Amino acid sequence: MNGQISWKVGGQQGEGIESTGEIFALTLNRQGYYLYGYRHFSSRIKGGHTHNKIRIATKPVRAISEELDILVAFDQETIDLNAHELHKDGIVLADAKFKPSLPSQSNARLLSVPFSQIAKDLGSPVMKNMVAIGASSALVGMNPAVFNDVVAEIFERKGKQVIQRNVLAIEEGAAFVIMELSQHAPFILPPSDRKQRLFMIGNDALSLGFLAGGCRFMAAYPITPASEIMEYMINELPDYGGAVIQTEDEMAAATMAIGANYAGVRAVTASAGPGLSLMMESIGLSGMTETPLVIVDTQRGGPSTGLPTKQEQSDLFAMIYGTHGEIPKIVMAPSTVQEAFHDAIEALNLAEEYQVPVIILSDLQLSLGKQTIDELDYKHINIRRGKILHEAPEVTAGDKSYFDRYRVTGDGISERILPGLKDGIYHVTGVEHDATGKPSEKAGNRKEQMDKRLRKLNNLPQTFHEPIHAVTPFPDPDIVLIGFNSTRGPIQEAMDMLKASGVKVNCAQIRLLEPFPAQEMQRLLQHARVVLTVEHNATGQLANLIKMNVGCHDKIKSLLQYDGTPFYPKQVYQFAKELL
Amino acid sequence: MATFKDFRNDVKPNWCPGCGDFSVQAAIQRASANIGLDPENLALISGIGCSGRISGYIRSYGFHGTHGRVLPIAQGVKMANRDLTVIASGGDGDGFAIGMGHTIHAMRRNIDITYIVMDNQVYGLTKGQTSPRSGEGFKTKSTPEGAVEPAVDIMELALSSGATFVAQGFSSDLKELIALIEAGIRHDGFSFINVFSPCVTYNKVNSYDWFKQNLFKLSDVPDYQPDDRRQAMQLLMDHGSLVSGLIYHDTERPSYQNVVKGYAKTPLAHSDLTMDADRFAELTKAFQ
Repeated sequence: MNGQISWKVGGQQGEGIESTGEIFALTLNRQGYYLYGYRHFSSRIKGGHTHNKIRIATKPVRAISEELDILVAFDQETIDLNAHELHKDGIVLADAKFKPSLPSQSNARLLSVPFSQIAKDLGSPVMKNMVAIGASSALVGMNPAVFNDVVAEIFERKGKQVIQRNVLAIEEGAAFVIMELSQHAPFILPPSDRKQRLFMIGNDALSLGFLAGGCRFMAAYPITPASEIMEYMINELPDYGGAVIQTEDEMAAATMAIGANYAGVRAVTASAGPGLSLMMESIGLSGMTETPLVIVDTQRGGPSTGLPTKQEQSDLFAMIYGTHGEIPKIVMAPSTVQEAFHDAIEALNLAEEYQVPVIILSDLQLSLGKQTIDELDYKHINIRRGKILHEAPEVTAGDKSYFDRYRVTGDGISERILPGLKDGIYHVTGVEHDATGKPSEKAGNRKEQMDKRLRKLNNLPQTFHEPIHAVTPFPDPDIVLIGFNSTRGPIQEAMDMLKASGVKVNCAQIRLLEPFPAQEMQRLLQHARVVLTVEHNATGQLANLIKMNVGCHDKIKSLLQYDGTPFYPKQVYQFAKELL
Repeated sequence: MATFKDFRNDVKPNWCPGCGDFSVQAAIQRASANIGLDPENLALISGIGCSGRISGYIRSYGFHGTHGRVLPIAQGVKMANRDLTVIASGGDGDGFAIGMGHTIHAMRRNIDITYIVMDNQVYGLTKGQTSPRSGEGFKTKSTPEGAVEPAVDIMELALSSGATFVAQGFSSDLKELIALIEAGIRHDGFSFINVFSPCVTYNKVNSYDWFKQNLFKLSDVPDYQPDDRRQAMQLLMDHGSLVSGLIYHDTERPSYQNVVKGYAKTPLAHSDLTMDADRFAELTKAFQ
C-alpha cells in the first residue's frame, strides 16, 4: 500500500502479544506516524489465538486494512490463520523455534528468526517479543534505537540491567534480519512529520471526558469491553476528591449513580449489553424521577453473553426503546475518539439540563481500538448544570411545606433543588406523582406529568451540536453511506474509493440516535438514488430506524456484518459498487 | 431546633389501621428530632411495598426508588453528600428477596447509612404471598400448602456479612425502637435495624401478641455487651434470632468513607468541577 504499512503480531493469549504490539505501536506513534489498531482476543486469560493488527500511515486512519505486509508469528497457528491476508510481497517473521512453514497456496516470504534462541542467549526467553520488535523494525528500515525510550519507560522499575538486555534483544533481532535480507528494507515508511500526538482507545477518551466534564463519582461492575473506563476513573478520581465503587451488579451500579446524581454529584456508570439489560429498570427510574444519569454502553456481540470480545452494533434498539413505559431519553453515538471525549462532557451537561438518562453508545472497536489522534480540545470542556436552584422559592400550591420539584413548565423542565437546602424539601418517586413529588393516580395529573416529561426533548435534535456528521459533496448522490460508531473509518475510505471510481457519493455518521434527527436525515436522503446503511448487526436496526423516522423504504439497503469482525473499507466499497 | 412535628407532612398514610409501620414512621420522626437533625439534612430513601411508602410520609428529602434497590440509591446519596443523614428503609421482601444481593454488600461495604427494615414476614401490597422471612408451613396465596422453604435468618446473616451495627426492634416497643434508631444514626458505618412490624391483614401468625410472647428482650440482660461478635451469634442461635435490642456493635472498624483513598472530607456535591488547562494538558500527555 502506498505510504502505509500493515503489521500484525499473533500467538497464544498470555504470551506477551499485547505488549509486543503496544511497544511497537507506541514507538511509531512517538515517531510521528498515525496508527490504528485492532485486537483479536478471546474471553480467557491464557491460551487461544490472539493477534494485534496495526496500520501505520502518515495521515489519520480509522479503519484496519484487509491487506497485510508483515506478520509476526509466535506459533504455527498464527501463520495458518493469518497468512492469507499477506499480499505476494508480504513477509512472515516467525520464531525458528517452532519450525514454521507457510501454507502451500501462500506467495509470501517466510523469514525464520530465532526469536526464542536470541532471547535465551541474552538471558531471558521472555524477551523473544523484543527480538521480534527489532526484526520488524529492520523490515521497515527503522533504526532499532528508536525503541530505547519506550523500553526504558516500561522496564524502569526493573532496573538498568533489564533495560539494557531488552535494548540488546531489539538490536540483535534487527541485525539478524538485516543479515538475512542482504538487501535494503522491503517496506519503507515515508518520513513522518514527527509531531507528538495522542495514542489512545475510545474508552480512554470517554474517561477523560467524564473527568474534565466534572464527573466525581462512578459506580460500575467489570465487563468487557467497558472496564477500562472504571479503571481509569479509579486511578484519577481520588485526585479530585471523588470515588469509584465497584458494585455487586449493574443494578446497583446504575441506582448508585442515580442516588449520587440526585444528591448533586455528576455520576456515571459504564457497561456492555448484559449489564445494560440489568440497568433497564434504573433507566426507567431516572426517566420517571427526572434524575440525571449517564450510562456508557460499549456494544459487543449479543445476545445473552454472545461474543464478549467481538465487534457488534446490535444494542441500538434496546438502548432507544429499552425500559418499560415511556420516558424521554437521549442516546448519543460518537464515531471517533475525539467525539467520544466531547460526547462524554456533553452527556453530563445534557443529563443535568434535561434531567433525563443519557446513554452514550459505543462499540467494541471504538472503545478498544487504539489509535493516533491529533488532539483533544480543551475548549470543548464546559459545564452546564441546568435549572438547579440554590435558594428555595416560595411554594405556591398544595402542601405549603413542600417544594414543587415537578412543576409543570412550558419546556417541560422543572427547577431542581439538591438535598440539604433549607425549605427546599420535596419527594421523589418512581410512582406517578404530582408537582411536589407525592404519589398521585389522578387522571388529569397523570396526563399533565407525562406530557411535561415527554416534551423536554422536543427541541433537542435542533439544538444538539452535531446530530449527524455528514460529508455531502454531491447534491444528487448516487449513493449515501450511513453508519454510527466505529464504522466512520471504513465508510470514509470506501467513499474515497467510490469517488475515485466516478461514483457520486455522500456519507453520514449518526451521532444522535434518540431523539432521532428526522428532518436532517430527510434532507440527506431525499435526492439520493440509493441509501446504504453499514452496520454490525443481523437485522438492519439502523436501516429500520431510518425507515420508521423518515421513510424511503424503497431505496434503503444494508450491508450487515455480525461475525464479530470489523468492516474493511474495501468490503463497503465493493458492496456499494454492486448495488449501483 | 426542630421537633418531631417538623418531620410531619400532610399526607395520610395508606397503611391499614393497626399496621406496624406507623410505629416505625413515628420512631424515625422522634429519633431524628432527638438527635438534633433538621428535616433538610435527612434523606430518607425507601424501597417498594407498603413500607416503601414511608419516604412520602415523613417530611424530609425523600426518594422512593425501585423494588430492591433502596440500598444502592442510599449509598449513592451518601457518597455524594456525606453531610446528609441517610436512612434507607423498606420491607423484608424488598431487602431480603429482590434486594438481598445489595443488602449483603452494603453490610460489608460499611458506608455510613442506617437501614431500617419493616419486617412483617409477608408480601402485603401484592395481597398476601410468602416472603423470604415467612416461617416454614406459613400458608399464603402462593404457598397454599404452607411454605416449604425455611425463613432466611437475617440477623445471623447480617453478622456474618460484616455488618458493624446489628439491631432488632418491635413496633410495639416504641421507646426501644427510637433508641435503636438514634444509636444507628450515630454509628459511623452501616447500621442495620430489623423491625418486627406486624401485618394485621395478611399475617395472622406473627401477630403483635405472638411477638410479645416470643421475643427475647435484650434489655432484660443488664450486663450484655454488644461488642463481642461470637457472643452475639450465640445469642441469636439460642433464641432463633427472636431477640430485640442492640445485638452487635463494632465501634472500631472505620466507615467506608473514612478508608477510601482521596475521598473528599467535604460533600462531593459542593466540589469545584472546573479543570484548568495545565491539569488537562498533564492528563492528555499520559497518552503520548
